[in-house]
Amino acid sequence: MNSSTSLYTAHKKMGAKFIDFAGWDMPLHYGSQLKEHHCVRRDSAMFDVSHMTVVDVDGREARAYLRYLLANDVAKIAQLGQGLYSAMLNDGGGVVDDLIAYALPSGFRLVLNCATGVKDLAWMRACAADFRVTLQQRDDLAMIAVQGPQAIARVSSAVGHEIGEKIRALKPFAGVFVPASPAEDGWQYARTGYTGEDGLEIILPSSQVEGLWWQLHAAGVSPAGLAARDTLRLEAGLNLYGHEMDESISPLRANMAWTIALQDSTRNFIGRSALLTERAAGPQDKLLGVLLTARGVLRDGQAIYIEGCEQPGVITSGSFSPTLGYSIALARVPVQAGERAEVAMRKKREIVRLIAPAFVRRGQPIFKA
Amino acid sequence: MSDTPKELKYALTHEWLLDEGDGVVSVGITDFAQESLGDVVYVELPEVGDKLSAADEAGAVESVKAASDIFAPVSGEVIAINEDLEDSPETINDSPYGDGWFFKLKMSDSSELKHLLSADEYIESTEEE
Repeated sequence: MNSSTSLYTAHKKMGAKFIDFAGWDMPLHYGSQLKEHHCVRRDSAMFDVSHMTVVDVDGREARAYLRYLLANDVAKIAQLGQGLYSAMLNDGGGVVDDLIAYALPSGFRLVLNCATGVKDLAWMRACAADFRVTLQQRDDLAMIAVQGPQAIARVSSAVGHEIGEKIRALKPFAGVFVPASPAEDGWQYARTGYTGEDGLEIILPSSQVEGLWWQLHAAGVSPAGLAARDTLRLEAGLNLYGHEMDESISPLRANMAWTIALQDSTRNFIGRSALLTERAAGPQDKLLGVLLTARGVLRDGQAIYIEGCEQPGVITSGSFSPTLGYSIALARVPVQAGERAEVAMRKKREIVRLIAPAFVRRGQPIFKA
Repeated sequence: MSDTPKELKYALTHEWLLDEGDGVVSVGITDFAQESLGDVVYVELPEVGDKLSAADEAGAVESVKAASDIFAPVSGEVIAINEDLEDSPETINDSPYGDGWFFKLKMSDSSELKHLLSADEYIESTEEE
């Protein structure tokens, strides 16, 4: 028996086609993933992301614990509600999961991946042994991501002028709780997302989520499923756990060096020494973007051949870019790779171009043609 | 629930076939197939004049999610292809039994038609998948 979110009935009413996502019945699309993708780039759409794992970390050593647990440093969080993207590493420097940590009035809230939730909690508990902290999984909360150039305006009109003002004032990764107290039970609005567009992620009690969903719909926000979420994040060049990184891949190999906070040399976070050793040895490979302007769609796991390199690279995420109208991918390739490569497609090899790993932001291509 | 018109014949590999008379049949993919594939972004068609045997590869269809070969349900010569699909592959999703047809064959052996499935038999085969 699969799990389902509090929006399951709403999805059914909207004609969702469901898939089994790590034991959850989640909307794949509501008719056309391409149309949903374009909605996010051109106007706005909403995603039910209530399947994601939410864990509140509290107790007098919550901050010290997260400074030990995470590769990024929660000490950088300056304001209540602000989010910080981080990897959670194992001792070898591999990524146990990637997450966003938000500051609550007391403690922090972590939003982690869905498929890794059980493993994450076990790891977090094991690492908490020496800290006075409590970890509480918040299965009572739901989460909607509203994304797109019109997302802020439409959410504002759905939730009213007063809250709208607060939302508009948020900088990227900032957040606000309404009501402000007690924040743990209020609605959390964060200016975050996974699409390369402006938008919000709203965390609220499951019992209230369906009401918000229909209010947003009435305000002109259409639903979008996990299929569009994947093409959007890929166009934005955003990593997906289990594809661009996993427990055997460090953040250094996944373009996440910017999330490793080494400034405080006394902060001995899990994986730190392994990362320093790896960094000193220098990179063996790099994670790049791939463009295929010929027909065909790049797929995960396809080999990518670089002239002069014996070892081929591999496509970590391949799909079709609805914005560009051809296939794109992320690929891990040997460090010597230049701009030209070949991919073994279904029936023949195709020439592809390697670029920096980001394709589309704010509706527009961002690489040199 | 997928649409499976009674007047068509079907192959286990998810093609439909419409007998247009005079030994001519048109071929496309089923509603079940387009639904499983999701948004189609590329189509490969055979060429007019190609002589195909039943079960020969006749083209391919690729969606955002997956790629799938298309097979000739019966033997014959390709006498027409739906070139509009190359620019508007979404037609296959919007109208799998109408504007989304792939190609027409002049059959070389019309007795092969009896090997194809009825609508009910095809529905049964998809329920086993």
